[in-house]
Amino acid sequence: MTTEHSMTAPRELGKLPFGRAGIWWFLASEIMTFGGLLGAYTLQRISHGGWHAEMQHLNAYIAALNTLFLVTSSLTIVLAHQATERGDRVRARNMLWVTVALGIVFLCNKGVEYSIEFDHGYFPWTSTFWSFYFTMTGLHALHVAGGVVWNTCLAIAASRAIWPKVSHRVEYAGLYWHFVDVVWIFLFPLLYLS
Amino acid sequence: MSMQAHAESPAHHFDHPEPTTFLRKYVFSVDHKVIGKQYLGIGVFMAVAGGLMAYLIRWQLAWPETPVPGFGWVPEPYMYEGAIPPEFYNSMVTMHGTIMVFFAAMPILLGAFGNFLLPIMVGAPDMAFPRLNMMSVWTLGVASLVLIASFFMPGGAAAHGWTGYAPLSAKAAYTGVDWGGTLWILALALEFASFLMGGVNFLVTAINMRAPGMSLMRLPLLVWMQLTAAVLFMLSVGPLVAAAIMLLLDRTLGTGFFLPERGGDPLLWQHLFWFFGHPEVYVILLPGFGIVMEILPVFARKPIFGYRSIVWSTIAAGALSFIVWAHHMFVSGIDARLATPFSITTILISVPFAIIMFAMIATLWGGSIVLTTPMLFALGVIATFLIGGVTGIFLGSAAVDIYLHDTYFVLAHFHYTLFPSVILAGLGGLYFWWPKMTGRMLNETLGKIHFWLTFIAFNCVFLPLFLVGVGGHHRRIYDPYQYDFLKPFQPVHEFATMAAIVLILSQLLLLVNVVMSLMSGEKAPANPWGANTLEWQTDSPPPHGNFKTVPTVYRDPYDYSVPGAALDFLPQTHP
Amino acid sequence: MLSWFPENISTYGAQLDSLFALIYYITGVWFVAAQALLLYFIIRFRRRPGVRASYVRGENAGELAWVMVPVVVVLALDLFIDYRSHPAWALVKEEFPADAIAYGGTAKQFNWAFTHPGVDGKLGSEDDVTLDNELHVPAGKDVQVSINSIDVIHSFFIPTVRVKQDVLPGRTTRVWFNATKPGRYEIPCAELCGFGHYTMRGFLVVHSPEEYEKWTAEQKPTPAA
Repeated sequence: MTTEHSMTAPRELGKLPFGRAGIWWFLASEIMTFGGLLGAYTLQRISHGGWHAEMQHLNAYIAALNTLFLVTSSLTIVLAHQATERGDRVRARNMLWVTVALGIVFLCNKGVEYSIEFDHGYFPWTSTFWSFYFTMTGLHALHVAGGVVWNTCLAIAASRAIWPKVSHRVEYAGLYWHFVDVVWIFLFPLLYLS
Repeated sequence: MSMQAHAESPAHHFDHPEPTTFLRKYVFSVDHKVIGKQYLGIGVFMAVAGGLMAYLIRWQLAWPETPVPGFGWVPEPYMYEGAIPPEFYNSMVTMHGTIMVFFAAMPILLGAFGNFLLPIMVGAPDMAFPRLNMMSVWTLGVASLVLIASFFMPGGAAAHGWTGYAPLSAKAAYTGVDWGGTLWILALALEFASFLMGGVNFLVTAINMRAPGMSLMRLPLLVWMQLTAAVLFMLSVGPLVAAAIMLLLDRTLGTGFFLPERGGDPLLWQHLFWFFGHPEVYVILLPGFGIVMEILPVFARKPIFGYRSIVWSTIAAGALSFIVWAHHMFVSGIDARLATPFSITTILISVPFAIIMFAMIATLWGGSIVLTTPMLFALGVIATFLIGGVTGIFLGSAAVDIYLHDTYFVLAHFHYTLFPSVILAGLGGLYFWWPKMTGRMLNETLGKIHFWLTFIAFNCVFLPLFLVGVGGHHRRIYDPYQYDFLKPFQPVHEFATMAAIVLILSQLLLLVNVVMSLMSGEKAPANPWGANTLEWQTDSPPPHGNFKTVPTVYRDPYDYSVPGAALDFLPQTHP
Repeated sequence: MLSWFPENISTYGAQLDSLFALIYYITGVWFVAAQALLLYFIIRFRRRPGVRASYVRGENAGELAWVMVPVVVVLALDLFIDYRSHPAWALVKEEFPADAIAYGGTAKQFNWAFTHPGVDGKLGSEDDVTLDNELHVPAGKDVQVSINSIDVIHSFFIPTVRVKQDVLPGRTTRVWFNATKPGRYEIPCAELCGFGHYTMRGFLVVHSPEEYEKWTAEQKPTPAA
């Protein structure tokens, strides 16, 4: 080994892929945030005797449909990533647009659900259950919206050309999108089914 | 750097050309060294603000409701001809804590020292994500502005204590502070975002961008401790973010997460806060210890004692810090049966810290000790932290904590843990790395006077407070002398306040020293202390990209006084 | 340090104080030893011309023992302290005496209201007496106070009794004690509760049993709200 390396010479000890490490770092802190909310909700629910009466007013069918949309969109973003790795620009773009569309459908559906609840007089300040419900689903919906924006940018980028950076970014967007999906997988049974 | 090599190797985004314009160089800089100094600037500015608040608090405790010298200009309703009203006192107590923990300690220890040193110490040209780094320091700047702005809102700044216990913090009517409390939450949220962005840089830089030969077990301990602190912060802050969202909604939207009359639970806030709060203590402690770990071997001319044990102790302390939070809540109304289990986890956490402390002391054995200013500060950290450590044993015992909880004993205890690791270690680090940061030496004589005044004055402020704490003196009391049993303690408060004034004034010596150094200081050589780690193997200050060629690392960071070697130090780059 | 404690007037106070003293002596010895060692090393191993520091890395078991053996002793002493603490904690916070005289209490910004059981000695009957900021108890009797708060968190603290308990809104928190010495003692609020926190000051008035009976008889029952 000599000391005559240039500063840009590849470093032998690097193990973490830069972008992926960054996105995992972000997701880990997000997991702790949602974990804190879910933990608080669960403990409060146990100590308040279950909130079964309030729960009856939620629409589990809309939520089940939304679960289906999100799970499907997780699949389509994986397909989009596969397509970018093969350099299949058209398929990548299409799959990203499908993911975006499913995200928007989810949000619209959620909006319909909220408006039904508002019509029945259930607001975030109605009771602790509703506070938790609106805070958790609202924060989740904000994350979905963020993902939709991100995926839209990628879909536009992918419709122009595929280069390695786009492929990486689709991978990171996919990781994030899976996370959003997984949060919903926890929220759905905890809020609607239990 | 040769153009040839640049063309051949894949371009990394941490390679950026040397900036030429003033804005790019000093304001919107992506250079970790400049960003480190920006953090230092923000941290020192906020520390001065927090220090002046401490002065106001101490004055009120010694001579309640009398005009504070130098503060006659503050308009009503904040102060009345220099005298402090109770609402403002509570704001001062709250903001002193918030500022010192989040806006002084973290920016100085993690932001400034971490940013400036970590890339150089691992042999990297910059942080892994330089633009993210710039964004993090600017986010902190905005957070600081939001916090400062909260003072000018109707009702003033937050007055619910830095721990923000609900329901006091959840309803504006309880404190009379409306927007001040909401901005307090927003400022903290921005601060969290800032240090989350900063933390990922620490991790990826220290893992990926190490120079050839810099194995993990050759990393300077400061890097290990900064890294552990960054990971602790990332893992612990989430629940507090969740709590902050709930608190914000309680204040603004009328939800009732923490309001029992609406079905909420006030203890929920405390659980979420302290789940974060205890790891947060180590987020501050560990980088401070890291600085001491760098200074001790250099001026004892000895390897640090038990490098591996210290690394594992650091990680163990970090992991254990997640299961001790309820020791802040022994008398809060949690199930009494939880106390003993949390007492035991608290006791367990003293093991890694005992190893670290004993290893520090053992490093001195058989050394060849030079009492330079940085070394004095480092030794001062050990001596004072010992007091913080042993007084923690009292509070860790649930039974003894019944009486001591929320008294001045607790206050003195945590100042004895945080002051050494933030102020003493921070000052020691500044004296140690100032030549590297600026290329100029500081005056040693002034530095030593500064140390002794700081060290003695600090002890004079806080040692007596243990005594009044034992006397039952409870905390956050605007006028203690309302109580008959506290009346005899006034002379103690007067003494502590006078010492605090000395403590604050003696910091002017640093200012003088810094100005003198910048104006006419002796030029610093590359390695003024004869130290081994990589930052001393490049120019003072380091050039853009830190090293002219990638350094290759051949040995441990603390190879001092190796038998048979010509010099008593062998730099890490020495084959 | 130990002489700074206020007078102890409760049955369990002495046990808590002796626990403090135990920790004080154990940590005191360690503290002095560690500081002495630190000072000794600094003086003994100052740089002297021609003397090189010893190259001790503290990586092998023999060297590490210098750190690990004291650490094990510290751990053992710490666990011993916990072992001794647990019964005291349980006595104050877990094992409530069954036949204690029941009192009620309400905390609010910024005062205490204490409900006394009255002549019949039973809480919730018509002769209950509610007083602002005053809690009257007979000396030498177990007393249990059930307190709640109507706004924020307060903390019920009687320094001379060595008891402290946060008082939460929305739930009732119990405290028990047995004050042995007649007199008038202060009850500060020990949890920041707003701008008037420092004025939230109550009194514990301990009467001798005979005097307490006399005092109770003199009180007019407070009409139930």
